[in-house]
Amino acid sequence: MEVLLNDFSPGLFVVQTILLLGLIFLMVKFAWKPILNSLNERESGIQEALAAAEKAKADMQNLQADNEKMLQEARSEREAMLKEAREIKEKMISDSKEQAKIEGDKMLKQAQAAIESEKKAAVADIKSQVAELSVAIAEKVIKEELSSNEKQLKLVDTMLSDIKLN
Amino acid sequence: MQSFAFSDTEQEGAVSTKEQVDEYILHHLKDSHDFHLFSYSNDAGERKHVGFPLPVILWSSNGLATFMSSEFHHDDNGQVIVERNGSKFVKLHSKIYELDNGASSVSFEEEHHATNAHKVLDFSITKSVVGVLLVGLLMLLAFSSLAKQYAKKSIPTGFGRVLEPLVLYVRDEIARPNIGEKHYRKFTGYLLTVFFFIWILNLMGLTPFGFNVTGQIAVTACLAIFTLVIYTVSGNKDYWMHILWMPGVPVFVKPILAIIELAGAFIIKPFSLLVRLFANISAGHIVVMSLIAIMFTLKKSLGVVGATGLSLVLSFFITLIEVLVAFLQAYIFTALSALFIGMAVAEHDHDHEHDSHGHEVADVEDVRGDFI
Repeated sequence: MEVLLNDFSPGLFVVQTILLLGLIFLMVKFAWKPILNSLNERESGIQEALAAAEKAKADMQNLQADNEKMLQEARSEREAMLKEAREIKEKMISDSKEQAKIEGDKMLKQAQAAIESEKKAAVADIKSQVAELSVAIAEKVIKEELSSNEKQLKLVDTMLSDIKLN
Repeated sequence: MQSFAFSDTEQEGAVSTKEQVDEYILHHLKDSHDFHLFSYSNDAGERKHVGFPLPVILWSSNGLATFMSSEFHHDDNGQVIVERNGSKFVKLHSKIYELDNGASSVSFEEEHHATNAHKVLDFSITKSVVGVLLVGLLMLLAFSSLAKQYAKKSIPTGFGRVLEPLVLYVRDEIARPNIGEKHYRKFTGYLLTVFFFIWILNLMGLTPFGFNVTGQIAVTACLAIFTLVIYTVSGNKDYWMHILWMPGVPVFVKPILAIIELAGAFIIKPFSLLVRLFANISAGHIVVMSLIAIMFTLKKSLGVVGATGLSLVLSFFITLIEVLVAFLQAYIFTALSALFIGMAVAEHDHDHEHDSHGHEVADVEDVRGDFI
């Protein structure tokens, strides 16, 4: 202990205290403060970058999900549109068929009626022509039969013979 | 400076006997007033010393006195007297004494202590001060260049790539866990400075320049007192409460605990810091030098080759261990400083969180608070 105390140099102690104080001050000002600040900045920068990357990933996933959803919606919309179009087409076809049938029936009926009336007119015309012809023929026949005395006598004879027969 | 490198003669011979080795080692452990590199004996049998002198700055009874250490001519036994400002100075066992008025030479008692001279306040730029200045300069250069690198790029290159993990190590493994997340930032500068200061000085002590700065009790005392001042000044209410009036113990025990805690805070803690560092580094120097000295002391029994080989092998391995010790002691000093500061700023909050079953959830801070 005595040796230790004897070895203790108060002068060195004072010099060391002054130098250490100066060293701590200079090191803190010119080295530790900028170094620690930059390290902290860098660490928080890395933290932020990691968080940003995580966020970007989540955003990306959200975007993908949105895209998927939109695609799904578009697909179902197309499906619905196609279905509607098909229905409209079928309806149009059936409607026009109906229409055509009604129209055809109507035309058919009109045609039948026209034919009927034409037929009646033709028959009537034929009847009158036949009657006229028959009268003309009869007239000619009668004229021929009664053109000479002999023939008139013969007719009278025939008629008289017929009466006899009766 | 009178001459950068000089040599002069001395009557003493080479260091070769056991007594001379012991004396040499003890002399090495002390601070010295000149920067001595090596000595040799020339052909004429004269002892030559190679090194350079350092300025001596004294506060004597007649005021300030300054001169170069070369004026003592390597005398360490009080033979050479240097006169400045009417005071006579001698160097005795690495200390500078001022002769009492009227005395013209030192007279000794039986144990070789001076009887007519007294110590003076010695502010000399000794070898230790040179070491401190050198380390301070190195640290400033190295770490301010690292600091500058961050202005241009976020990841340092070159030597900074070596320094950055060390800074991170001190911050994340010493400051943060011991002081706590909330307060560590304020004390990290001090802890970093002390860590690198002690580590580099310890390593410099292993070089052939033979610095023994962290083996000077004045230096370790200064470091320990810095830590003491920091944790005393930054101690919060809880800290003083636990020292002066310990909660949770019977009243009659409280004064006794207060005495113990006060002694712990102001004497035991700094003393453990200063003695641990001083003793470890001094012991390391003694062991390494003793093992090197095997070369001389066992020359007779083992022969030149045997003694040299044994000395080389043993001192090589011990030096490797000393490299580890250099780091370890820097780490321990810094970690204990951080722990003491952590105790002083710890918050013993009593609003503990409760989990769903009403049990306390012990968080890290609480466990640490209970532990220290």
